[in-house]
Amino acid sequence: MVKQQYITLYQQYAHIIKEKSAPLLNSIRDAAFKRFEELGFPVKRDKDYEYIDIQSSYDHDFGLNLNRVSLDVDPYKVFTCDVPNIQSYLCFIVNDTFYANPEPKISLPKGVIVASLNEICTTHPDLVKPYLFKNMDWDNDSNQAFNATFAQDGLFIYVPKNVVVDVPIQLVNLMHGNDDLLAVNHNLIIVEEGASVKLLVCDHASNEKKYLANRLTEIFVGKNASYEHYKIENTHNQTMNLGTVLVHQDDDSRFLSNTLTLHNGITRNNITVHVDGQNAEAIVGGLAIGDKTQKIDNYVSMNHLKPNSTSLQLFKYILDDQAKGVFTGKIIIKEDAQKIAAYQTCKTICLTNTATINTKPQLEIFADDVKCSHGATVGQLDETALFYLRSRGIPINEAKLLLMYAFVHDVLEHISVDAVKDRIRLLVEKRLRGELSKCNGCVICK
Amino acid sequence: MLVIKDLHANVNGKEILSGINLTVNPGEIHAIMGPNGSGKSTLSAVLAGNPVFEVTKGEVYFQGKNLLEMAPEDRAREGVFLSFQYPVEIPGVSMVNFMRTAINEHRKYNNLEPISASDFLKLMREKKEIVELDTKLTNRSVNEGFSGGEKKRNEIFQMAMLNPKLSILDETDSGLDIDALRIVANGVNQLKNSDNASIVITHYQRLLEYIVPDFVHILYKGRIVKTAGKELALILEEKGYDWIKQEIEE
Repeated sequence: MVKQQYITLYQQYAHIIKEKSAPLLNSIRDAAFKRFEELGFPVKRDKDYEYIDIQSSYDHDFGLNLNRVSLDVDPYKVFTCDVPNIQSYLCFIVNDTFYANPEPKISLPKGVIVASLNEICTTHPDLVKPYLFKNMDWDNDSNQAFNATFAQDGLFIYVPKNVVVDVPIQLVNLMHGNDDLLAVNHNLIIVEEGASVKLLVCDHASNEKKYLANRLTEIFVGKNASYEHYKIENTHNQTMNLGTVLVHQDDDSRFLSNTLTLHNGITRNNITVHVDGQNAEAIVGGLAIGDKTQKIDNYVSMNHLKPNSTSLQLFKYILDDQAKGVFTGKIIIKEDAQKIAAYQTCKTICLTNTATINTKPQLEIFADDVKCSHGATVGQLDETALFYLRSRGIPINEAKLLLMYAFVHDVLEHISVDAVKDRIRLLVEKRLRGELSKCNGCVICK
Repeated sequence: MLVIKDLHANVNGKEILSGINLTVNPGEIHAIMGPNGSGKSTLSAVLAGNPVFEVTKGEVYFQGKNLLEMAPEDRAREGVFLSFQYPVEIPGVSMVNFMRTAINEHRKYNNLEPISASDFLKLMREKKEIVELDTKLTNRSVNEGFSGGEKKRNEIFQMAMLNPKLSILDETDSGLDIDALRIVANGVNQLKNSDNASIVITHYQRLLEYIVPDFVHILYKGRIVKTAGKELALILEEKGYDWIKQEIEE
């Protein structure tokens, strides 16, 4: 059994993992391991994982960098990352290790920290301790238990009270190695009261090796604070990406996430939001463009714990060939969380008969004065619209492109940074034109 | 300009057009009238190349080229324009982007460079005035949230932008109030010249008071059963279609 491999691995190497990690990161490691040992990987009989098999992603014999051997090259020099026209504070996670930017082009406002989580756990344990692992549910979620067992590093962002970071922080998650690799990392983002920050995450793979990444990000959005999370996945079909985003929102806060899957192998995005404050807003959007045998599984759990907040889930899929999409959208409204407005929409275009989508809204509402809606559509391109465009002289391929682009445009409208929006629009257009093959649409990886 | 010979067409296996013959020369306006279900809209859709309809027999030549062999986009770029009876709403595609793409595809077809931004805006401004189209509409998605009248004016606006040789107006008057009708007809008349031609499909004589046809054809059961001058429309207005049906059946 694949689970056993990792159990044995941990039993053999736990001492090394711990030795190479900050004590704070080790604080729940054994307990999490014990839970993982009991729970195993998510399997298809779990209701939340019933359409795409995640467990088999781990079957392959991947290498892990438990010894924290550092890269023999400087990613900032080798991977000339320069997403055109985007001014950002750039940092890298290569496989599972954070590499601080030695010469950032942008300076951050005073007090803002962007650093390695492992380092910060040693240098600023008091800053980290009230937050680390607090959004997690590793006792019940085997995927999170696995992450807590093996994670040794990740990105740490701290934005102090009332500080506004204008320029987006850009994190490039790069898979790079001479062997097939598994990367497990843990990110922690703290946005204090009245503060504001935007993070752009780009997932890439530098070569044709097989990669599996299990990345977990805990995000704390304080009172009246704002956090935006854009994730662009542009890897290749040998890459498996299991991403978990766990958000905690306070009063009057705003959280926006936009997950774009352009190229991948198997992707599972778990986004869990706890709106634990009043007058807060949460927007979780996503766009997935899949062809060949790509698999994209987005899971959102929107939890309203307090009254008077709003949330929106908006996902669009365009699936070609044998691509497979899954959307699970939960809205959970606790008993006292009155006057909530929570909406959910998932729309899909299947371009072929062999592309499939499963969409599953799950609303659990225990309050009696709320507005909730959910809607899902699955269809093909509108033939009448296609003919209308063609009748004006627009060739069929161009007309299809216009319609696909129109189909996804409202997801992109939620992107607040114009430069990011333009860049993403361009990437989407290229992707729809079939011009974007794995990484080379973007100059990040050479 | 347009020569239709013995055109037959089916939809879902049912024959709708049963041998249409029609010749349209430059500078002419042809009105096609007829009772409901006679095949008027089918004729326009077949000429524009709507894939829903299957041509089973006959020939159509447009400026000497076999029209039926062309894809809809090529027909458009050769100069055929269909003003839709029910213009399609396309959320997410802006009018500006739509028109720029269409214009540039026409230009590409004729080996011309893409239109410059300033020329395009100028063209938009100019043509909007022809149908008194609100500036705001051109910033919106194609036909989305347009009123019935706005949609029809938008059709004529597109026609003005693309400057076709043959325009087919499929019941452009349906759903229009008298003011909108005048605006639309006015637009069509402004675009008229000795090199282009129009086929105007209508139920009512009313539109023909504004757009004066050279010929009026009556379509019945998939065939043109009567052709005359503009006075035929007046007779139809007075007597309805029953006398035609009787005449045919006798």
